[in-house]
Amino acid sequence: MGSELMMPFSSKSSVTCRGISKTWAEGTDREHEALRDISVEIEPGEFVAFLGPSGCGKSTLLYLVAGLEPASSGEIWSFDDRVTGPSPDRSLIFQETSLFPWLTVWQNVSFGLGIRGADRQERRAVAQDALQRVGLSAAFDKRPDELSGGMRQRVAVARALAMRPKVLLMDEPFAALDVQTRQRMQDFLLDVWRDSGASILFVTHHIDEAVALADRVVVFTARPGKIKTIVPIDLPRPRNLFSPECERLRIELTQHLRDEVNRAFAEQEAFAIPA
Amino acid sequence: MLMLASSGRRGDDTALSSGGVIAPPARGRRSATWSRTLLWSQRSLWALLSIGTFAVIWELSWLAGLADPKLLPPPHIFLGDMAEQAKYFNTATRWSIGVNPADGPSPYQAVLITIGATTMRVLVGLVIASVLAVSIGVLVRYFLLFERLTLPMITLLSPVSPIAWLPVAIFLFGIGNAPAIFMVVIALFFHMVLATIAQIDGVNRNLVNVARTMGASKWQTYAQVIIPAILPGLLVTLRMNLFAAWMVVLVAESTGVGYGLGQVIMMARNTFNPSLVFFTIALIGVLGFSFDLILRLVQKRILYWVPETIGVLRGL
Repeated sequence: MGSELMMPFSSKSSVTCRGISKTWAEGTDREHEALRDISVEIEPGEFVAFLGPSGCGKSTLLYLVAGLEPASSGEIWSFDDRVTGPSPDRSLIFQETSLFPWLTVWQNVSFGLGIRGADRQERRAVAQDALQRVGLSAAFDKRPDELSGGMRQRVAVARALAMRPKVLLMDEPFAALDVQTRQRMQDFLLDVWRDSGASILFVTHHIDEAVALADRVVVFTARPGKIKTIVPIDLPRPRNLFSPECERLRIELTQHLRDEVNRAFAEQEAFAIPA
Repeated sequence: MLMLASSGRRGDDTALSSGGVIAPPARGRRSATWSRTLLWSQRSLWALLSIGTFAVIWELSWLAGLADPKLLPPPHIFLGDMAEQAKYFNTATRWSIGVNPADGPSPYQAVLITIGATTMRVLVGLVIASVLAVSIGVLVRYFLLFERLTLPMITLLSPVSPIAWLPVAIFLFGIGNAPAIFMVVIALFFHMVLATIAQIDGVNRNLVNVARTMGASKWQTYAQVIIPAILPGLLVTLRMNLFAAWMVVLVAESTGVGYGLGQVIMMARNTFNPSLVFFTIALIGVLGFSFDLILRLVQKRILYWVPETIGVLRGL
């Protein structure tokens, strides 16, 4: 495969996946197929939710886009570059806290700048700015273990923003938070998103979350993950989740998901109790 | 010697446990120091009670005639006449011909010199073993080629008892400090390498992935993420191995070092002096306890981010 043949498919997309498949532990007896033939294009500044039953490979796709894992086949482009490894342009935010517990909040936020070799003064300035954007200026000198779960995730978002990424990859970032905090964090995320102009790829198994946030919802099938359907949501934000439109979307997405969850369950049972 | 593979958290306070004492709410700086003092004195009291209970049981069994004072002399016998015990710590080169055993330092000085010599061997051995083992452990995970070349050999030598190394130590280093330190190093090294590797493997993948997405090189990832992340586990390993070092140094000293606590035990054995054995055991216990305490304080100070998790278990 000569790389000169692989032209960018559309240099204006922030992320382009073309025929992505991923098989873990290939060639061993633990081999399993996580993703099959995923093709999707994400526009700059677009908010896309990946919705699917657990274990369907949606997080895997995020890791592939981040460049942390190579795809088994297919290719991923981000703007004009082919994804071959991690890049500060594509920041990944995890479900669990991924703050460095031995660093203070501002040191965490400016970690990436330190990697680039920025001096302390610049790092402090950028951290200050990023923390302001997530409304946590007061936590500047605190340590991660002094913060609540929601605050920690906001620091993680600030750390990602400090790199001025073009794409934010979020792997169920609010799944560990309680319902009230989660709603506040969704509002907060929409503000940050508008503010930064980055595209967001948001993995969730929560239908309400997808309906509240996304421009498009990509629904995955059960394992191996394939794209079942893509549901566009053309509603202004903030969205009233109790409105008839949202209700309709929720029913539609629930329907799509239910089939897949049933399939996944049937498969797991068949696997657990071999005939 | 001992390895605590995956314990990233601190399995703290087993020795000085205060049995769930809750500090009064601190108001301001002064009462914070006050409550800390209170907590410490409470802990010390519990420590005394722990040792006292043990001693009382021993004394009672002596009174009841269960513990033969010639074989198991109770504390009041082996601690009763320290001056007499101290005489056996003569550090004069008594194996040499023509040396007057009365020469040399006074008995109490001799005790201090003996303790100092053994402690020095423990600490030097521990430092050399830790630095070597952590470096090798990191190199094993850093360079695949290095792992393939060294890890099988390290694993192969891990189960070898320090006793087996004793003749090697003497062949290589003769008599003196060097073989004793070599023994401590060789006894700790292999296990500490394996513990370091286990710690590295246990580092939260998310932390590593965050660094990678931020464009960190392999070197930066190790220096800024993996090393700080394994520090808590390494300190626990260090504490465990401190005890191991104290155990091994006695074996090493019991043969041809000249002086040291191991030599005293060996002499006590040869001259059938159980009192001296228990006196030396008490000394070693106090020393080991104190060094562990120091290490725990260091741990608390430099690993400020590690949460105290013991409270959860106390709630059971």
